[in-house]
Amino acid sequence: MTSHVFEYTRGGNNEPVPDSDDPVHGKPMLVNMGPQHPATHGVLRLVVELDGETMHSIDPDVGYLHRGKEKTCESLGWHKFFPHTDRLDYVQPLMNNCGYALACEKLAGITVPQRGQDVRVLLMELSRVMAHLIYIGTTSIDLGAVTIFFYAFRMREEIYTILDAYSGHRMNNTYVRIGGVYADVDDTVEALIEKFLAETPARIDEIEKLLSANRIWYDRNRGVGVLSVADCKRWSLSGPNMRGSGLAFDLRKAQPYSGYETYDFDIPVGTVGDAYDRYLVRMEEMRQSIRICRQAIERLKKTKGEDVLVEDRRYVLPPKGAVMSSMEELIAQFKIVSDLRLPKGEAYHAVESSKGELGFYLVSDGTSRPVRCHIRAPGLMNVQAIPVLAKGRLLSDMVAIIGGLDFVMGEVDR
Amino acid sequence: MSPQVLEIVVWVIKVHVIFVAMTAVAALTTLAERKVSAWMQYRHGPNRVGPQGILQPLADGVKFIFKESLVPDGANKWMFRIAPALAAMPAMLTVAVIPFGPDVTLFGVTTPFSITDLDVGVMYILAIGGLSVYGVIVGGWASNSKYSLLGSLRASAQMVSYELSLILAILAVVAVSGTLDLREVVMQQKTLGQWNIFYQPVAFVLFLIAAFAETNRHPFDFAECEPELVSGFHTEYSAMRFALFALGEYCAMIVMSSLAVTLWFGGFSVPFMPEAHWAIGIAAFCAKVTFFLFLFLWVRWTLPRFRFDQLMNLGWKVMLPIALVNLFLTGAVISYAPQLKALWPQVAAVWNGGR
Repeated sequence: MTSHVFEYTRGGNNEPVPDSDDPVHGKPMLVNMGPQHPATHGVLRLVVELDGETMHSIDPDVGYLHRGKEKTCESLGWHKFFPHTDRLDYVQPLMNNCGYALACEKLAGITVPQRGQDVRVLLMELSRVMAHLIYIGTTSIDLGAVTIFFYAFRMREEIYTILDAYSGHRMNNTYVRIGGVYADVDDTVEALIEKFLAETPARIDEIEKLLSANRIWYDRNRGVGVLSVADCKRWSLSGPNMRGSGLAFDLRKAQPYSGYETYDFDIPVGTVGDAYDRYLVRMEEMRQSIRICRQAIERLKKTKGEDVLVEDRRYVLPPKGAVMSSMEELIAQFKIVSDLRLPKGEAYHAVESSKGELGFYLVSDGTSRPVRCHIRAPGLMNVQAIPVLAKGRLLSDMVAIIGGLDFVMGEVDR
Repeated sequence: MSPQVLEIVVWVIKVHVIFVAMTAVAALTTLAERKVSAWMQYRHGPNRVGPQGILQPLADGVKFIFKESLVPDGANKWMFRIAPALAAMPAMLTVAVIPFGPDVTLFGVTTPFSITDLDVGVMYILAIGGLSVYGVIVGGWASNSKYSLLGSLRASAQMVSYELSLILAILAVVAVSGTLDLREVVMQQKTLGQWNIFYQPVAFVLFLIAAFAETNRHPFDFAECEPELVSGFHTEYSAMRFALFALGEYCAMIVMSSLAVTLWFGGFSVPFMPEAHWAIGIAAFCAKVTFFLFLFLWVRWTLPRFRFDQLMNLGWKVMLPIALVNLFLTGAVISYAPQLKALWPQVAAVWNGGR
């Protein structure tokens, strides 16, 4: 990195150290924020060097939630890693499921049936709404608008109700499999989703009415944490953060998967690239996600009764009833549970998660365990940008910057 | 009973009644805060202790008393212990001069319903109210915590800046009324048309904003500012010492609401009922104060929080000039156009429909 603007060294900065006898500035004060701090969204530790209220330097210290997820994948095997993907970005478990499944399918070279793809799109878009609601909820509570937090969580609660009806779990659903999804969306769930889709846009408007034109909200976010497109590329930022800066790059359009190319939706982009633009982009993305969900529901209505899981006994478990009555299916079940093998090779597949490009890089040597599993977590890149954006700003801006970048520590530390 | 002894007895009774009522209302306001926020947020709020959670403040009080009151290592022990009292005292002292009601006649004794009627009541409130910053700054400094120190520095800077606008806004009313005696100010607003809000609306808006800042309430609650400073100046406080800070804040809210009612909204006078019974007067005062207390809660649970520099900009670059201009215009009108002042009762008469 050559530009001095982005030069950042641990525990210090390149400006001359202030003179400790200087009556105005004196010695900078070192404040340790986190890992237990209300604004750090989990267990992020920030070491902030303060001159009065101005941040001289800010040093994010990640790793408090490190659980060795990649290594876990390499020792558990292909199929058993699914529950662990739920716990990466735990506000959108099904999105992570889909990302991992798509990478595995790329390696195996199988195609998911149409209905399975539509169900996945539906689940992924619901996850996106869920994650963006967390964003708006936590950011607003950090900036002092506590009630918005409850409005957002109330909407999120309804998605949980839907997922509960669908999978029997509210969080950590693990309902995606290699080759499709575990279960079909039945009429009850469909009705719940339709109700949600009908009610939600008005509620998003309600939140926007309270915030978008609110002078305090505007002042707190406008011009805070400005990122140009070049900065985003340099710091590998993707997703809403990059679109907030004005680049209409969305993997759903750029490298379509699960049939996204057949859906009709827009990519909102910002102009300035500050926290306010990111907020606007995310609010609009929720509406676009709802639009995609509506289309997916329409398609599901047309393909009722079709398979959601591919019929491939190398990778996909046979139905439970068949296992009980047929010897071949029993053997297939045993083989898959104990020794599911993906062909030799490597594959990288990325999905457009709510935080950016969520990629899974898998290397297989043809055995039942991956040689290497790497997760490209967009949240980690978002954390990287904090020191750059926060330097020289006021302490109060830190919460707007952290909130605007939007990351989940489960995914950052993995 | 000699008149002197009777006077002392009445005075002692009044002090107790008003002080207990004040504390009770402050406690109820904490309950209201939780209930109102709950209703705004699709929640129920406290509803386990007593019917509809009405006894929750009592339970809180018991809890606060029995919790361990920690003094952190490295804290300045005496300052740390004194600060909560410093924070709670000014708000309670200022209650003394607020006229809660007209002359009350009970058991053949007639007495004004306030602890005392100072002829410099406004000045007394401003002087004592200005002391409340000490509790915050001493508490924050003595805690020996960086968060507390930052919180208290913010709070003191904010309170000092907004006190100017607050005083200038009140001065404009004082100029119109021509008196510093709060009861006298109320007496001049007997009918709806005489309410100062119609003569000094700008001053009222300034006062309201400054009152939010003075009491460290949202959207100006930088002293606490949870996401940045954990809990600001009272991060290290626990148990009853923490409760005293809260009590001080809620009492200050009540005092500010009372002051707004007294100076701008006719105090205990009832619209269209100039000769109302004293009980109705007190009820009217309580109703008006309740509205302003609700406003405090309403704003807190609706708006985001300012940033510190934006708050200072607002205080020094917007509110102070407006307050100065307002005061200047008020003074000019009073001094150089006495005929206009003579016209005011007629304007009031029109407001009252010729009453």
